Amino acid sequence: MPPSDRPLTAMIDPAAGPPDCAAYERGGGWQATRKVIGTLAPADVIDIVTRSKLRGRGGAGFGTGQKWSFVPREPASARRKYLIANADEMEPGTFKDRWLMEGNPLQLVEGMIIAAYAVQAGHGIIFLRGEYHLACARLQQAIGEARRQGWLGDNILGSGFGFDIHVHSSAGRYICGEETALLTALEGRRATPRSKPPFPQTGGLWGAPSVVNNVETLSNLPHIITNGAEWFLALGRGEDGGTKIYGVSGRVRRPGAWELPMGTPLRQIIEECAGGMRPGYGLRALLPGGASTAFVDTTALDVPMDYGAMEKAGSRLGTGMAIILDDRTCPVGMLHNLEHFFAQESCGWCTPCRDGLPWVERLLAAIEAGTGTHEDIEQLGRHTRMLGPPGRTFCAHAPGAMAPLASGLKLFARDFAAHIAQGRCPLRHAA
Amino acid sequence: MSTADPLPAALRADIVALAGAELHPRGAAVSALRLVQEHFRWISTAHLHEVADLLGMSADDLDGVATYFNLLFRRPVGRHVIMLCDSVSCWMMGRDPLCAHLCRTLGIQPGETTADDAITLLPTVCIGHCDHAPAMLVDDALHGDVDTTTLDRLIAALKEQP
Repeated sequence: MPPSDRPLTAMIDPAAGPPDCAAYERGGGWQATRKVIGTLAPADVIDIVTRSKLRGRGGAGFGTGQKWSFVPREPASARRKYLIANADEMEPGTFKDRWLMEGNPLQLVEGMIIAAYAVQAGHGIIFLRGEYHLACARLQQAIGEARRQGWLGDNILGSGFGFDIHVHSSAGRYICGEETALLTALEGRRATPRSKPPFPQTGGLWGAPSVVNNVETLSNLPHIITNGAEWFLALGRGEDGGTKIYGVSGRVRRPGAWELPMGTPLRQIIEECAGGMRPGYGLRALLPGGASTAFVDTTALDVPMDYGAMEKAGSRLGTGMAIILDDRTCPVGMLHNLEHFFAQESCGWCTPCRDGLPWVERLLAAIEAGTGTHEDIEQLGRHTRMLGPPGRTFCAHAPGAMAPLASGLKLFARDFAAHIAQGRCPLRHAA
Repeated sequence: MSTADPLPAALRADIVALAGAELHPRGAAVSALRLVQEHFRWISTAHLHEVADLLGMSADDLDGVATYFNLLFRRPVGRHVIMLCDSVSCWMMGRDPLCAHLCRTLGIQPGETTADDAITLLPTVCIGHCDHAPAMLVDDALHGDVDTTTLDRLIAALKEQP
């Protein structure tokens, strides 16, 4: 069977439901597990994944093989180690991991087996956001079946390598997507981020070496192992290999998600996949990679959606899930909604974030309501400079919150000025 | 089952089993609280104390966890919980007028429960259904592309359910 150019979604059929173990195997599944456990050393697996240039698909884009290489090399029996799938997908605009988990949960299970073998972890945890009830049920079913068939357990394929997975259904906090906050949550504490070092790879869950990888990242692993690093690299259009689940929400004709070559330009995603804007609406700007990325305008439509190109365009690939701002939606209102979310979801651990974000939200609320002043806009600018650069706050929550605001203050300066000049929202009171 | 009753033996056993599967019992804190909530619909102080004892945690410490997460309820809720997504895609696609309609129909504000104890309306952050915005979570089920007609139908069905 030739490898698919859309490997992540080849077996996803919403009408039929997720494949069981047998159907998964017929579609090419479990080949990678057999190859890894039967023929490769853990270092070989890390080498293949490093050569594939697979980067984390959760937003930060760190090299997956490199991340694994920091884990101490002793076998699992010598030291307890954890492999954690970060399935706490709470970035507004983002729903790709849910699609993967509901559509083909065994692909994630197999990806976790491969990652666990590479770092010699004996314990796997899927840290799942609490609202994903269907994904939870399907993951539990997939794990149970895989366990009964010997793909999980004490002695996988008689190799002596043991690995099992359990699902931790979380209870809703955006900060749990940050890998150290996720570890704190798993330890039964309020999910606040931790200082690094120690990095999770050496001192993670309960102080043990732990690797935290995103669902989409892990789901790529079976295909990389089966088809090779060079095949994976060739799937991408630019420097980064593989495919990417891109998505679009907002006033387009067909909001949704699609697996496309890494580096597909925004224009193709929005116009061909999402069908362009709905009648009567124009594209004004967009957040290319979820709520914590900077706005780009229509001049960026031909920029390839990959890590480097999006950074050069002044934003980030993030989760690759674009949120469209149309020309009939107030950008100040949109920013107010975004900053309300970030203020509410600040974990409260560090003062600049805990106090700064609600301040930003109040200023935006006043401007949106028409009671703001020019000083408020200057104050917002000061906040972006204080909270935006990395290192001013404990984690990346506040810098992420400032990305849409800093770019929005520049792109939508006229809208801000009009709110203040007219003492009301011009769009809401148009016509 | 009244919330004044202690935790049933089977539930206590489940919590002990969860705690036993963790390297340290407190690792089961969120899962145990979720079990209690599934049973009683919310987490009362008395039950929180019982769980804390089972996990070897102080009640204050566990309360810190219970009040931290958006989906753990420390106050009673109705038989059904509607969580209307507050997030950006849903907001752009008409979340606010939908919320206003819901409040008018139910006669409550976000955060409140109807007088017949049938429905609690809670705001929530992004529920990962942005391609079908505006969306909401009703108990365990996602509903997308919601409009006032589908909303009215849904509420009528919920009110008939026990």
